[in-house]
Amino acid sequence: MNPYIAGVLLGLVLLSAMYISGRGLGASGGLKYTVVAVVGAIDRQHAMESPYYSKYFGEGENPLKSWLPFEVLGMLLGGFISGAISGRLKFRIEKSPNISNKKRLLFAFLGGVFFVYGAQLARGCTSGAALSGMAVLSVAGFVTMIAIFGSAYLFAWFFRKLWI
Amino acid sequence: MGPLSILYDFPEWLNLLIAFFIGIGFGFALEQAGFSSSRKLAGMFYGYDTTVLKVFFTAAIVALVGSQLLSYLGLLNLDLVFVNNYYIAATLIGGTIMGAGFVMGGFCPGTGISALSIGKIDALFFLIGGLFGAFLFAETYPFIQTIAMGSYRGPVRIDEWMGVSPGIFTLLLIVVAVGLFWLAELAEKKYKRPDITSKL
Repeated sequence: MNPYIAGVLLGLVLLSAMYISGRGLGASGGLKYTVVAVVGAIDRQHAMESPYYSKYFGEGENPLKSWLPFEVLGMLLGGFISGAISGRLKFRIEKSPNISNKKRLLFAFLGGVFFVYGAQLARGCTSGAALSGMAVLSVAGFVTMIAIFGSAYLFAWFFRKLWI
Repeated sequence: MGPLSILYDFPEWLNLLIAFFIGIGFGFALEQAGFSSSRKLAGMFYGYDTTVLKVFFTAAIVALVGSQLLSYLGLLNLDLVFVNNYYIAATLIGGTIMGAGFVMGGFCPGTGISALSIGKIDALFFLIGGLFGAFLFAETYPFIQTIAMGSYRGPVRIDEWMGVSPGIFTLLLIVVAVGLFWLAELAEKKYKRPDITSKL
């Protein structure tokens, strides 16, 4: 799809979230709630004693019964529908021909660790902090956007062999 | 008048159902934008594909203009829409860590989910890494709590911070975005990699 048209579509989805639910979109938060729920199920005592996890277990709350995990489930279905329509459904590893599958998967894993760690600190990722934040004119949104992209350009040279 | 779920006090099941449907739209839009491909996303940082910039700024402006318009028409109370809190150090450090993760992994969390939905195995590894990153953050939280909670400025808005009206700021942002789109088109010509882009 033309990127500007796709951008309008994405903007309308974000506007719907603001109009219906009074909030923006999110993605990393969905991963956070999953981790909180799993840790809570495995070691309840550790979760209740931790200053971080305990915030999500007040009054018998279930962290998975929140907005973001349900939104992320919807994302998987929406992406699947789009992929089916456009004939892009296929199990594969996408990478530069100059690197091995193992290297691609290792750096994909490390990238995920870094990205979501940073997103927890910044209270949102590209979706929840940068995009949604900019749409409500929050300073945090603009600063997050500049920090993410500025830093990615800064580090791009070091990781160029992974991509070009 | 919106936001509907707040003003009409929707029950939990309805809010979660809405979240699911918004998610369908979100995942669909990301995948249609081509964001299920890490090599396309990484093009942003090497200049051969700048779709990220085009989609990102177009979407932010559509939502921004749309919400201002709805508010002006009395259809949306913007005071009830969540505005992100600003913690200076956490935002800057977190953003920098995210940028490093972006160029290593080729995804952000949203685009990783989009790529997983069409079967990309590298996206699965990115998201498993993401779950581990969230776990690591939770476990190290006691040590970094002072950074995470420090330099709190509240839900500051950029138009107020700059001392201009939301309308003027929005106009400025549109001018900046058009300039960036022009630069993006130039970059795609200068750094073109048909060997990569023809396969995306």
